[in-house]
Amino acid sequence: MADAVVARALTRRFGDFVAVDGVSFAVGTGEIFGFLGPNGAGKTTTIKMLTGLLAPSAGTASVAGHDVRTERYAVRDRIGYMSQLFSLYGDLSVEENIRLFGSLYGLSGARLAERREWVLGMADLKGRERTRTQDLPLGWKQRLALGCAVLHEPPILFLDEPTSGVDPASRRRFWDLIDQLAERGTTVLVSTHYMEEAEFCHRLALMNRGRLIALDEPARLRRGMGQPVLELITDDAPRAVEALRGTPGVLEVGMYGRAVHVTAEDAAAARETLPKTLAAAGRRLERLTPIDPSLEDVFVALVRREGGAVAG
Amino acid sequence: MTFRRLWAVARKESLQLRRDPRSLALAFALPAMLLLLFGYAITLDVRNISLAVLDQSRSAESRRLVDAFVASGYFRVTRQLEDAGEIPEILGRGKAQLVLTIPPEFTRDLLARRPSPIQLLLDGSDANTATIAQNYAEVIVARAGLMPPIAGGVVIQTRTRIWYNETLESRNMIVPALIAVIMSIIAAMLTALTIAREWERGTMEQLAATPVQRTEVVLGKLVPYVAIGILDVTVAVIAGRVVFHVPLRGSIVLLAVLTLMFLVAALSWGIFVSAALKSQLLATQVAMITTYLPALLLSGFIFSIAAMPLVLRMVTLIVPARYFVVITRGIFLKDVGLGVLWPEVLALVVFATGALSLALRSFRKQLA
Amino acid sequence: MTQAVEVDGLTRHFGVVRAVEDLHFAVRPGELFGIVGPDGAGKTTTLRMLAGVLSPTRGDARIGGVSVVADPERVKPSLAYMSQRFGLYTDLTVQENLDFYADLHGVPRAERPARYDRLFTFSGLAPFRGRLAGALSGGMKQKLGLSCALVHHPAVLILDEPTFGVDPISRRDLWLIVHGMVAEGMTVLVSTAYLDEAERCDRIVLLHEGRVVALDTPATLQHGMDGRLRAIRTDAPRRARDVLRAHPAVAQATLFGETLHVAVPTADTDWAAITGALTSAGITLTADTPIEASLEDVFMELTQAGATNG
Repeated sequence: MADAVVARALTRRFGDFVAVDGVSFAVGTGEIFGFLGPNGAGKTTTIKMLTGLLAPSAGTASVAGHDVRTERYAVRDRIGYMSQLFSLYGDLSVEENIRLFGSLYGLSGARLAERREWVLGMADLKGRERTRTQDLPLGWKQRLALGCAVLHEPPILFLDEPTSGVDPASRRRFWDLIDQLAERGTTVLVSTHYMEEAEFCHRLALMNRGRLIALDEPARLRRGMGQPVLELITDDAPRAVEALRGTPGVLEVGMYGRAVHVTAEDAAAARETLPKTLAAAGRRLERLTPIDPSLEDVFVALVRREGGAVAG
Repeated sequence: MTFRRLWAVARKESLQLRRDPRSLALAFALPAMLLLLFGYAITLDVRNISLAVLDQSRSAESRRLVDAFVASGYFRVTRQLEDAGEIPEILGRGKAQLVLTIPPEFTRDLLARRPSPIQLLLDGSDANTATIAQNYAEVIVARAGLMPPIAGGVVIQTRTRIWYNETLESRNMIVPALIAVIMSIIAAMLTALTIAREWERGTMEQLAATPVQRTEVVLGKLVPYVAIGILDVTVAVIAGRVVFHVPLRGSIVLLAVLTLMFLVAALSWGIFVSAALKSQLLATQVAMITTYLPALLLSGFIFSIAAMPLVLRMVTLIVPARYFVVITRGIFLKDVGLGVLWPEVLALVVFATGALSLALRSFRKQLA
Repeated sequence: MTQAVEVDGLTRHFGVVRAVEDLHFAVRPGELFGIVGPDGAGKTTTLRMLAGVLSPTRGDARIGGVSVVADPERVKPSLAYMSQRFGLYTDLTVQENLDFYADLHGVPRAERPARYDRLFTFSGLAPFRGRLAGALSGGMKQKLGLSCALVHHPAVLILDEPTFGVDPISRRDLWLIVHGMVAEGMTVLVSTAYLDEAERCDRIVLLHEGRVVALDTPATLQHGMDGRLRAIRTDAPRRARDVLRAHPAVAQATLFGETLHVAVPTADTDWAAITGALTSAGITLTADTPIEASLEDVFMELTQAGATNG
């Protein structure tokens, strides 16, 4: 089956600034594809190019078989889009927003009524149809926005940072919804800067400063890191980090919650030297365990490998 | 209040101004454009008045009369009429603004020293031009030595024109007032953005959390704009002298001091609007409405205040530009000093202190 | 011992919206204190009131003993506030920004070179002294913001979501700076929606819809769920999730990748019955281990329990 979305050397410049630099990837039908990276990495710009909102400076992309440059309107028929900024009308009611977007997508009559019911159920807004959208809590607003984006049951859905700032419970529910949509065959491309959300995706594109620095399944990314990661529980994490920095064999050390994550060249050697270094610095080591690297560890390692291209 | 903090705010504001092309355009390009526009393009003098002549005398004397009109430079003969019946159409269609009818007995009356019924018919639908055309025409006729004194009186209108400016240059009347108008508009527009912009961008929130005091922020922000204002006025005055040849007869020092006072009033007003409204969009609009229109229409710049209805005359009392226009015209053209201008100076003082205290009071270091 | 910060019934309404309602907590000197919660919880509103840029509707707070309601200006010299939206002047250079804040806080000129050096070492901003702040990357901007806040050695540092959206490397750097300051005795109040960051604070207050739902050390809060959270792997994760969600003894069942995190309300729950339900549904278990709760698990439990209409 043909890929739902294909990008080849997609590039976008704003004057001298290269926001997206030669990004290439392909997304299969029904896949949940995540763009993961900090603010300014180029995730939103990439999505905007794929949805036809921004013209690429170079490179090509096709969505649902249509070229984003030459067949923009055909593309828009086949996609749903939820932008980073809240895109519904705050001063309209829930009902009114649904009706508005429904008609914009060409829905009417029985089909519109059926989809309206579906959205209200999925967003848990039954009984709240008359509420003004801006009076809803953020989690509810985001679910409504998602609903409005898929009123016309598009095969491909683009979500730009949909869970930014949302409380954990709503965040989980939101991802449940994405999951359901994907199970029914919708291809979902979603961007986020929350590393943990990456676990919910089938495949991830890690982005930093416009470049694609990794592309794989989350588990493979973590396993493929190569270098072992050790988790240390100490009596004083920040001081421990200071003490361990620069120790031979230590590639990367940082705090993760109250624990210290160390990326080492060699696990066995590290298990010898780390406790000694800590003891010499007067720190107490409570536990040392090898762990699967978190995506943050992976991200940091990849960026360091690229020459630390985060500064400045 | 410490000077160091005030100066820090002033320096920051200056650096930002220097790097903001839009503000710089507003501060320098716009006044230059307005000067050129109003100074050159707009003139209240009327030229090229179209004249239709019905010369029923067809004598050497009547031709000399017509030549006098053309030689004045103000009139252009566009039609020679054959018949009085053409006149309604000519005036009605606007083919001529003035019709000069010379009766057949013109030469005979002249030689017999009898009043000759020369007729001037004017298109009154443009009342301003008509009045001016009438004035010119009467002067021309009088100078041509053909019109005997009427009822023993002198043609008074000519004298009035000389009073305003002898070369009949409206420019001399406009340019000094123009300086006042430009400063009114620019000053408030520049400062109207500054505080609102900081609230909208988020920098004011952080500034408010520091020990800086309200007066330091307001005064510090005023400093670079006062400097710009002075620069603008200096350029305008020089342009007035050198480019437009408007005489500057009064005291430059007095002009400088009073300009400074006016600047403080206008700039403070902008800051007040910015601080009170906290929205750049709203602030610009309010600044425009409260300075641009009043300065243009109600300051005596083009339209004479004395000719306005009572209600509007009262409104002009609260337009600062009105007083500054009197001051600039006085210093430029009439060489008057405080002795004559003290009422206007007093008004400026009131405006300056009023606007400044409004600005200081309306700026709060709290979001709400 | 005087508390560094005391919050006493602090309340703020915006019309009908109760952004912050009756907060009570105290922060000890030298403590790293986290104010945690999602958007709309009231974190920014609380910090703005403490920084004296927003007046409370009711209640008071004292910083170093001085009331922010009665005398906000007297509080400001001893605190530093880094707002969530950029408080930097993007059209001024790095150096000019630093100088400006140093001037506002009255840092003596003689001491500035040393302080700037130290800040530049922490932040790595030295090569960018002459660059306009607007041209810096997100992480660098935050480091500059932090440097500007620290230039006058405040007693209390207030940070509003300083690492929001920032790349992981800059995030680590920022936290190292913050930890360094805490080690020197500075009191730091930081708000965050990142629950993993909240774990590194000495104590945290969890806010939900303007109210306090918990106030304790992260460890205590997490251990409060000991024995009530397990990680379960199966051959049919999604179906397993649905089965467990329907189970009366299960409070939460969330899928993280292929692993299910299952939470129960009481420690003496019969886990066998729960896993039994899975096998009855024809699902095979491949792993079943107790795990330590994350703050996110804690937060979810606390907010579901007292769920309002959200």
